[in-house]
Amino acid sequence: MIRIQNLTKRYSGTPVLQDVSLQIDTGESVALWGPNGAGKTTVVLCLLGFLQFDGEIEVFGNDVRRSGKEIRSLIGYVPQQPSFYDDLTVAETLGFSADLRSIDTARAEEVLAIVELEEHRTKSVGALSGGMRQRLGLAVALLPDPPILVLDEPTSNLDAAARQATVNLLEDLRSGDRIMIVTSHHLEEVSMLVDRVVVLDNGMAIDECAPAELGQRLGLRSWLHILVDPEDVPNAIDALAAAGFNANRNGRGVLVDVAPSDKAVAVAAISSAGVIIRDLEVWR
Amino acid sequence: MTTIAARPQVEAGIVITIARKELRDAVRNKWFWLYAIAFAGLAGVLTTLALPSARVAGYGAFGRSASSLIALVQLIVPLMGLTLGAQALAGQHERGTIRFLMSHPISRSEAFIGMYLGLVTALSATIAAGFGAAGVVTVMRGGAADAASFARIAILSWILAAAMLGLGMLVSAFTNRSGVASGSALFVWLGLVFLGDLGVMGTALATNLPVNALFFSAVANPVEAFRLATLTSFDGSLDVLGPAGSYAVNRFGGALDALLISVLVIWVVIPVTIAWYRFVRSKDL
Repeated sequence: MIRIQNLTKRYSGTPVLQDVSLQIDTGESVALWGPNGAGKTTVVLCLLGFLQFDGEIEVFGNDVRRSGKEIRSLIGYVPQQPSFYDDLTVAETLGFSADLRSIDTARAEEVLAIVELEEHRTKSVGALSGGMRQRLGLAVALLPDPPILVLDEPTSNLDAAARQATVNLLEDLRSGDRIMIVTSHHLEEVSMLVDRVVVLDNGMAIDECAPAELGQRLGLRSWLHILVDPEDVPNAIDALAAAGFNANRNGRGVLVDVAPSDKAVAVAAISSAGVIIRDLEVWR
Repeated sequence: MTTIAARPQVEAGIVITIARKELRDAVRNKWFWLYAIAFAGLAGVLTTLALPSARVAGYGAFGRSASSLIALVQLIVPLMGLTLGAQALAGQHERGTIRFLMSHPISRSEAFIGMYLGLVTALSATIAAGFGAAGVVTVMRGGAADAASFARIAILSWILAAAMLGLGMLVSAFTNRSGVASGSALFVWLGLVFLGDLGVMGTALATNLPVNALFFSAVANPVEAFRLATLTSFDGSLDVLGPAGSYAVNRFGGALDALLISVLVIWVVIPVTIAWYRFVRSKDL
């Protein structure tokens, strides 16, 4: 269990976290959700003992300030922008990490396979793309098969395909007693990966909810751009209006104002009116 | 229920792993090779020039060779130590690698000690290369090297390197930008190598500094302490330094060596301790 009590962090007197309190139980996956600058990463850095802070952070009853070394032995951490020793190869990086954790290097091969970096093991880390660095970060984090996994914007450097692959992989890693903490501002990611969302804004924890409620609680809206045949546009708009949506013609399709959890409802409304959907995309 | 077993704050295995990586990084660094080649090359050249021929070689020839080496060490070893040390913490902070390192179950003390030991080992290898080059030239030219004095100078050079590395890490512990750390280290180098000497001389002339104050002002500078300690290696006296040297010999006699070496050791211990304290106790990563 992780217990954070009245966590406050100031930089040169300016607070970036103010009295943040939360508790994460064993086996629970929690997202720290908020816009850039909300304080998500600062919470993670305090948990890892990287920053001086006021307040209390305990992991399984141990104080982060006094037992940082022991606590980090339980945490696998994937930073937002992983920074490695660029002169080391992928295999050397994992070997170094394994040595520091007294882990057999055979495990390094296993995690390389999990993140599909085996072919790149002799490549210098400095030559890796952003996505591959992110995967290497995940491999380093998974090396000790940790009971706590902390992922700071785990898909921020990835293209759409790599993002989906990573989210699928992280879903698989949600298991048993493992605690997972994910910082994110991607709603879909959060709803797939966590049980609970803690909303941060301006350094304060302002709300807590289930992922499905997040969009509604925050009044988040999306624009769904649905492409249909030109002659079907009026029918599509009528069907959406009948289902309670605000829709307008936009080029070859319709633009619908939807709550994040209602996208599929809008699609179903058009389909049930017999309109063939050619393509769709989500705008925010 | 996950339990956490207490672990020692400093484990030898972790320190060695970090030191090995620092050593490997230093060896892969082009600046390290530039320093090493420059030091070894200059040591070889200066020794060659100091030993014009086997016929005139002997104790005096060793003195000339040693004087050249000492002058070289005074300039290059502080520069190497200070710049390598300055890059150690600030460079890792700027590149973000310190967070990668510290995300492992290691203490800040282990990280600091490992970095220091790795870099001091790299510096030792450079110094060994320089003295090795000088030794090889001396033997090839038939010079009668005083092995004990030669070894003493090498050991004192190593202590100076350890002190300068600690001073560089102290600079590094107070900034997160490697450019600022390197610039500050260069100022410290200038201060110690040039301004310290000239400043003491200028102050002595302007204020008629008493001879004992002149001596202690000079000795407070680790580079000067190194020079004085090494001069006694092959000359046995400091008369060459004028009244201050005579004062030192008369005042401290046989204890002079211990005093000078103690000054050097203090310059190793104090900066490293303050840098360690700053890094371990109060620095955000």
